[in-house]
Amino acid sequence: MGKELDRNIGIPKGAVMDFITKWGTLLTIAVLFIAFSVTMPTFFSAPNIITIVRAVCIVTIIAIGMTISLTVSGMDLSVGSTATFANTVVMTFFVWFQLGSTPWGMALSIVMTIIICLAVALINSLLIVKLKIPDMLATLSTMFMFEGVAMTYAGGGAINENMRRPDGSTALGKVPQLFRTIGREPWIIVVMLVLVLLVFVFLTYTKHGRYMYAVGGNPEAAKLSGINVKKYRTLAYVMSTILASIGGMMIGARVGNAQINSGSSYLMGAVAAAHIGMSVAGIGRPNALGTLAGAILIGVLENGLIMASVPYYAVNIFKGAVLAIALALNYARKK
Amino acid sequence: MENTAKTTLTMRNISIAFPGVKALTDVDFELKSGEIRALIGANGAGKSTLMKVLSGVNTHYDGQIHLDGLPVEIRSPKAAKELGIEIVYQEVDVALVPHLTVAENIMLNHLANNMGRTQIVDWHMVRKSAREALGRLHMNIDVRKRVSDLSLAEKQMVLIARAVLEKCKFLILDEPTAPLSNTETQVFFDVVRHLAHDENVGVVFISHRLAELFEICEHITIMKDGMVVKDMQITPELTIGQIVEYMLGRKFDETYPKTIVPIGEVVLEVQDLTERENRVQEVNMTVRHGEIVALAGLVGAGKTELCKLLFGAYRRQSGVTTLGGKMFHPKNPTQAVAAGLALVPEERRKEGVLVGDPVYANVTVSSLPKFLNKLHFVSKRLQRKATRSQITALGIKTPSENQLVANLSGGNQQKVVVGKWLLSDAEVYIFDEPTKGVDVGAKRDIFELIDGLVSQGKGVIYASCDYQEILAIADRAYIMYDGRIVKEVAIPETDEKELLYYSTGGK
Repeated sequence: MGKELDRNIGIPKGAVMDFITKWGTLLTIAVLFIAFSVTMPTFFSAPNIITIVRAVCIVTIIAIGMTISLTVSGMDLSVGSTATFANTVVMTFFVWFQLGSTPWGMALSIVMTIIICLAVALINSLLIVKLKIPDMLATLSTMFMFEGVAMTYAGGGAINENMRRPDGSTALGKVPQLFRTIGREPWIIVVMLVLVLLVFVFLTYTKHGRYMYAVGGNPEAAKLSGINVKKYRTLAYVMSTILASIGGMMIGARVGNAQINSGSSYLMGAVAAAHIGMSVAGIGRPNALGTLAGAILIGVLENGLIMASVPYYAVNIFKGAVLAIALALNYARKK
Repeated sequence: MENTAKTTLTMRNISIAFPGVKALTDVDFELKSGEIRALIGANGAGKSTLMKVLSGVNTHYDGQIHLDGLPVEIRSPKAAKELGIEIVYQEVDVALVPHLTVAENIMLNHLANNMGRTQIVDWHMVRKSAREALGRLHMNIDVRKRVSDLSLAEKQMVLIARAVLEKCKFLILDEPTAPLSNTETQVFFDVVRHLAHDENVGVVFISHRLAELFEICEHITIMKDGMVVKDMQITPELTIGQIVEYMLGRKFDETYPKTIVPIGEVVLEVQDLTERENRVQEVNMTVRHGEIVALAGLVGAGKTELCKLLFGAYRRQSGVTTLGGKMFHPKNPTQAVAAGLALVPEERRKEGVLVGDPVYANVTVSSLPKFLNKLHFVSKRLQRKATRSQITALGIKTPSENQLVANLSGGNQQKVVVGKWLLSDAEVYIFDEPTKGVDVGAKRDIFELIDGLVSQGKGVIYASCDYQEILAIADRAYIMYDGRIVKEVAIPETDEKELLYYSTGGK
């Protein structure tokens, strides 16, 4: 039917729309980039570009986890709290338990943090797969739960070097320099790119990734083809949690401590990036590269607006508007 | 091809019962590889039940199934697949993943089951195999395209390609042509013929369009009331009329005493009405005050589409409609209701009632402005009062007006939908399959209600595929086939045979 309408108008209105819906996100990034560069000479400078990319890194890592949960047509709202939890746990390993003094201790801390954070995935999949609670609601409850767990574990405050423990003593542990290095460029960017690439390859080229898309697209058809739907939904939440906890540790690596609710501010950015990413190149389904583009769009916008002296409290107006437009590109043409 | 050996699938004395109903009684059915066999019967004759035995969905059958004389058991869909039996259901979307590519959808079973320890998907191989499977069907669909961008006909091809890949020996096609246009049907037939004659696949072809059976099938099995009534070769001498006779069997009558009402002026007039996506084409019809006009046609003939088009739920491409002498082109159902039209939709639970709400909320929902108190708030007291009188008037069986509609039986839910429109004072009422899933008693109540409407001088459009009902209640009938009205008949001068003849494509 679309074709007939196009014929009536003469020029292919559909083709223009197609182009915009496919490349709108990248186009917007380019337009913003050029506009900011022209109006503000300092915008297009090496230090500022690195600032943007660095800001994008953590949100991207968390957002690709979100992306995996979206492939099974779920939605992991607990990623922000998981990041907070991971940030808190890894910092206590270093500061409270002094595990950061050797490289092996640091590696152990990181691995243990991920394992402990898998509790979130465990509860998520229990609620979603076993108890059949809708994804968003289940992860909303774990979001609250682990925000509380992280805060309770930390004793209601931040985790810093030389902090005073509840028993009155001073914590003697240090955050290892190696760990802090990972949080700086270029390593934070390398970690992010490697993770994006891994998830991209996983979703596009392994059978497990394809099963996830099949499960998300039509669970009934997937089941009848012999795909274990429950297993793959669980796996999606496990991967989402792992990526969120890596993101949370990267927060710690960047700032060297664990603030209260340090991860929660990344949740909405991650939701936005993953959804904007769906429309990139007209793919119409969650994908890692699109999510990276979505995160960059938000990063460029945020950085440019702040440099243009838009007050920080007004930036969210533009962020929200861009998200709305990006979602419209993805959903408006669906029937 | 390599497998030219004839295999025969035989079903003997197949019976199956569901709680309270005997669905199949001692059915014998035979299918040879390389033949195309039509399976015909009225709604509820047992065609689908029988095919679900073959495809391993109905597992509790009694009787024997033999493959080349060797006894086999089909107690699971997997067992059916292992015997090479594949089924393509009418609802193609159930089996497809919309946002994956054609290649992946064709190869879905392979990807899910045959990859073993291989972790990485070999896209080159997937696309190549998918292309080959489509090639065997002589189909040219871009395997990189997403399934959500395909037409219905192409989606069917994807499913058939998937079946062909599974070394299918017997293919069951459940009403494959119902949603297809004429050109698409021709292409589809070429594919089916190719599969049967060149690839030695045995095909069961279920269809309500009798005319097309002569084009494609060699044998025909006719079912009625869970039994096979005729099994024969299709010859040029056979006519649609004869098939219809076998389908109907003896005439049994369940007459309903229709009230005779004086028929008045034309209230609704439709000229050359065409729907934007051609689901309804060039329809001409009139409805008079006090008249029940039936839309007769089989499932997929376009009755529901016409009802929705009149009601503004589908968009008009061209044509003129007048209601009560005034131009009437509703852009949406709200305008249609305001102009005096009411629709009792076919999908009752989905489109007609708020199942989670009590009876009174449902009955009054279309006419809330009538139930406002002095402060212009909705008055529950007035709503309940009006509902109580409707419950009595319509004979809705419910403990009270506060009962949730979800807890009522199908027939009583239907009455609630009707009651909702009775309060809104429409001029023309459209009923789309109002007796679907309703027991005999409630059916009679619904007839009485419709009779009551025409007694008040309202016009009624009654869309149904149950021709006995149409003969019992209507004054006139338009017979639909393929989105068009193919014949207008006056009820006293027609019979079920004529209705069925025209609605199956007879000319």
